[in-house]
Amino acid sequence: MDATILARWQFAIVTIYHFFYVPLTLGLAIFIAIVETKYVRSGNEMYKKMAKFWGKIFLINFAIGVVTGIVQEFQFGMNWSEYSRFMGDIFGAPLAIEALLAFYMESIFIGLWIFGWDKLTKKQHLAAAWLVAIGSNLSAIWILIANSFMQNPVGYTIDPETGRVLMSNFAALVFNPNVMLQFPHVLFAGISLAGFVVMAFSAWHLLRKHEVKFFLTSFRMAAMYALIGSVLVATIGHFQGQFLIEHQPLKMASAEALWETEQPAPLSMFAIINEKEQKNTVDIGIPAMLSFMSYNNFTDEVEGIIDLQAQAEAEYGPGDYIPPVTLNYWGFRAMVGSGSLMMLIALLGVYWGKKDDLVDKTLFLKAVVYSAILPYIAVSTGWILAETGRWPWIVFGLQKVEDAVSPNVPAWNVALSLVLMLVIYTVFTIVAYKLAIKYGTGEIKESSH
Amino acid sequence: MDLNIIWFILVTVLFIGFFFLEGFDYGVGILMPLLSKDDSERRAVINTIGPHWDGNEVWMITAGGALFAAFPHVYATLFSGFYLALVLMLVALILRGLAFEYRSLRDDPVWRNRWDWAIFGGSLVPALLWGVTVGNLMRGFAIDADMNYWGGLIPLLNPYSLLAGLVFVALFTAHGANFLALKLEGALAERARKFGFQAWMAATVLAVLFLIWTFFATDIMVQGFIFALLAAVALLAAGWYAKQGNDKLAFVMTSLTVVFTTIMVFAGLFPRILISSLDAAYTLDIYNASASPYALKVMTIVAAIFVPVVLIYQIWTYKVFSGRIKADPETLIY
Repeated sequence: MDATILARWQFAIVTIYHFFYVPLTLGLAIFIAIVETKYVRSGNEMYKKMAKFWGKIFLINFAIGVVTGIVQEFQFGMNWSEYSRFMGDIFGAPLAIEALLAFYMESIFIGLWIFGWDKLTKKQHLAAAWLVAIGSNLSAIWILIANSFMQNPVGYTIDPETGRVLMSNFAALVFNPNVMLQFPHVLFAGISLAGFVVMAFSAWHLLRKHEVKFFLTSFRMAAMYALIGSVLVATIGHFQGQFLIEHQPLKMASAEALWETEQPAPLSMFAIINEKEQKNTVDIGIPAMLSFMSYNNFTDEVEGIIDLQAQAEAEYGPGDYIPPVTLNYWGFRAMVGSGSLMMLIALLGVYWGKKDDLVDKTLFLKAVVYSAILPYIAVSTGWILAETGRWPWIVFGLQKVEDAVSPNVPAWNVALSLVLMLVIYTVFTIVAYKLAIKYGTGEIKESSH
Repeated sequence: MDLNIIWFILVTVLFIGFFFLEGFDYGVGILMPLLSKDDSERRAVINTIGPHWDGNEVWMITAGGALFAAFPHVYATLFSGFYLALVLMLVALILRGLAFEYRSLRDDPVWRNRWDWAIFGGSLVPALLWGVTVGNLMRGFAIDADMNYWGGLIPLLNPYSLLAGLVFVALFTAHGANFLALKLEGALAERARKFGFQAWMAATVLAVLFLIWTFFATDIMVQGFIFALLAAVALLAAGWYAKQGNDKLAFVMTSLTVVFTTIMVFAGLFPRILISSLDAAYTLDIYNASASPYALKVMTIVAAIFVPVVLIYQIWTYKVFSGRIKADPETLIY
């Protein structure tokens, strides 16, 4: 295997692992800040215990998110040095700003939050909780500004001498229309994921009729939180789809396995895909629905992969511009399917959570415990679509993946780091998971330290 | 002064912050298993940096990010060229960060013992590797006309750079011991002073050797001599104050040693950043490796606003957690 393929595998593995932790950090930080706000406002000690109890889960997750984040920052230079040279003007700035605005804030105030319960006033401590929440979400904004340029380049010129991308309009970079969709999508994904994690642990305790008041309160808050998150993430996702049809049509067409241009286009529900012959041997869909999803009417034409490939060749020269269709088709369905189930479960959670006999709905509570896997499936498949759907581009229309890799790092070095990272990430993800289970199913303590 | 120079200074400042803060952090991590005799002593040592280590580490992240933003070719050349060293460092930093947070989550001596070694190794390895990296920066390495280094790990582990690595380890250990002497109480603080003095002696001997070698093997002293001198004076003063039992000034002096050493390196390099040992024309400097003037301008405005803000709240954190920590299981935060 050559270094490019290995580097791609490494990027995929460390990034997907990293993004197990990030959305929980984003969503749970806000959840805890809300809970602690309730404590400061009401003086009710239960909310303080709640902040600490869920805070423990947060910290277990945050720690591994932080350390895997260092790899994220380093690997652009390590594995993708040609990309770093080509994109330094654009990509370095948001990354540095992310560190300056967000990483300091979340890292320093999390220290105050953990160790400051007795050193800070109630209000100072609450401020620390909110600053952690703001800091982690600011971090998401800046990394998504960087990623959005790769999806939809704006605010740049090409240096005529070196061929590198030069920043020409910082505001355009920051207010990239892609950011305006992608950030809320990620934010609400984080909120719904955190809601599901809290719901799942709460349901586990409620099934055992353990600390019912505490976990019923947690469950109710989390269900509402998850409902808001999952409905909004889906709504924004719909508009992202429409944006993609316009800006990265091959990504969307591959996610729908739409080989031929059709008018009106059906929304495929199940397909057996033959990538070699560029057709689906079986395809069951809802007539005209894809036209409606794409253009809000049942009559418009949606361009298919084969035509789009021809257009791309006309624009960029000969080459393969078709993303992995099977992966994206099923990844997209896994994401949307998980999201739909999440909306349903969160809705039932809000509805049944209002009643006091929730503890007797054992079947539902058991389903909730296992449903915590759904948002993890959704966020992983979502990122796989976002990143592999850009194929063959690392920066859409500007740089191909094959031109981005470090020329001077031999394949065996990448293979070594790939294996090392895979082992370490897997081991510590299991460790973190076990610790989260230990504390999430454990006793509530006055001092959780 | 043009923006390229401003960014060279800013990168220097970020590395000063990184080596100053992570310097004692790494030192504390190296000393933790050596100083402490039981679990609450180990916890006390960890808690001296417990609220701070993550914020301190962000200085490294920001320095890396600033290199990427201001001098993308430096970031690309250095990080791809030092690939295996960085892989090793990343593994160490992953272990170390997790250890601080996960160690106390199980009340199991085997579990805690494993994480203790992670803290030790996770602090020792980055300290050593950063020293090796700095040594190679001072000495130059084989960068070709396309700004790529193809030599792999072995040539980077040359005796000069390994000595630089040892200087970093010894200096950071002494620096960390001085920090612990300030932050701990009683017998534990006493042991920190004892270890600190030994580390200081090692650092002094190694530093003298290193400075002499630097004088003959590199051109860093041409512009960096005055800072080398200041670093040496501060290091000697650190030992003197440590002998006097003045914890505060001993710590101030190892801090100054780290600060002046970092300035020595960057002043010696200026305006170069990565020296090519193949041909001076291949050297990456603040002009041929930089981002565009527009990007530098944007980043200058951002840095001018937010670096002071960060400094204010980070200093405030140290104020909140000022005072000595007692190795008493009743009061320790786990």
